[in-house]
Amino acid sequence: MKCEDILKMLNDYVDGDIDPEVCENLQEHLDDCNPCRVVVDNIRQTIELYQEEEKLVELPIHFRHRLHDRLRECWQQKHSDEAT
Amino acid sequence: MTTTDTSELVEQAQDGDFAAFEQLVNEYEGLLYGLALKILKKPADAEDVVQNSFMKAMDKLSDLREPRAFGAWLKRIATNNALQILRRRRGLPMVSLDAATEPDEDGRIPNPEYIAEWSQDPAELAHRRDIRSLLGQALDEIPDSYRWVFVLRDIHGLSTRETANALEISQANVKVRLLRARLALREKLTKVLGDPQRLMHSTHDHGGSADADSLLNLYRSELQEVHT
Repeated sequence: MKCEDILKMLNDYVDGDIDPEVCENLQEHLDDCNPCRVVVDNIRQTIELYQEEEKLVELPIHFRHRLHDRLRECWQQKHSDEAT
Repeated sequence: MTTTDTSELVEQAQDGDFAAFEQLVNEYEGLLYGLALKILKKPADAEDVVQNSFMKAMDKLSDLREPRAFGAWLKRIATNNALQILRRRRGLPMVSLDAATEPDEDGRIPNPEYIAEWSQDPAELAHRRDIRSLLGQALDEIPDSYRWVFVLRDIHGLSTRETANALEISQANVKVRLLRARLALREKLTKVLGDPQRLMHSTHDHGGSADADSLLNLYRSELQEVHT
């Protein structure tokens, strides 16, 4: 397996969605080819970093108050309508 | 929050408990806002998506048969709403977003250029304000069509099929765009986060960049195999 083949299979390898036999060949290449291994690591870290950042996103505070007030209002309206 | 917690809160909310519903809102509001903001780029539009999504969730909550699927269901509502806004913004009420997006799958997949190990852990980096701004900037710099795929597939965990359906593009195109997005973002982030002491680009030759057409063909043949 050559470095250019890695590029073609990068997605499937990173996603763990690859034929076990091909995966083994690819793993052998990565064991011998530091740059390819680092590219794969970098991509995994890139994805992880974005996922971690997404967990920390907060609403703008003024909007958050407005949203919760509006939802409470609608909830009360909906349930009072259902009760009558 | 565990799946059990979520399921219990959904069931309580289905029984009319607003406090339970509000806990679900607390849990998911940031995630929905992040999703919408990354797709639409405008805070006011992202706020609309968050509010519309929770209103719709409130309205349809009694129809949700699997409480543990609440998160995925809510994300689907928000994704559809964000893409609706996008289509409206582009004046394409019924047309695929594909027709309006920039660079398509011609040209070549660029080789990685700046290759260096990162010296810090992503979970720690995510807390730094400068890094969060870098992440936003990097996403803003890649084409919209790659950004949408990356946001849905990698950040929010939609499958290839779900992403293709949401964006009305083929699964093969999702795969190619995802690869381009991952490579582009890796390049941008590694230039800042890669350890220059461990730079390794000098003698490494990937033997020419991969041709996008051959990649598309590869993905198409894979998909055919899956369907036959």
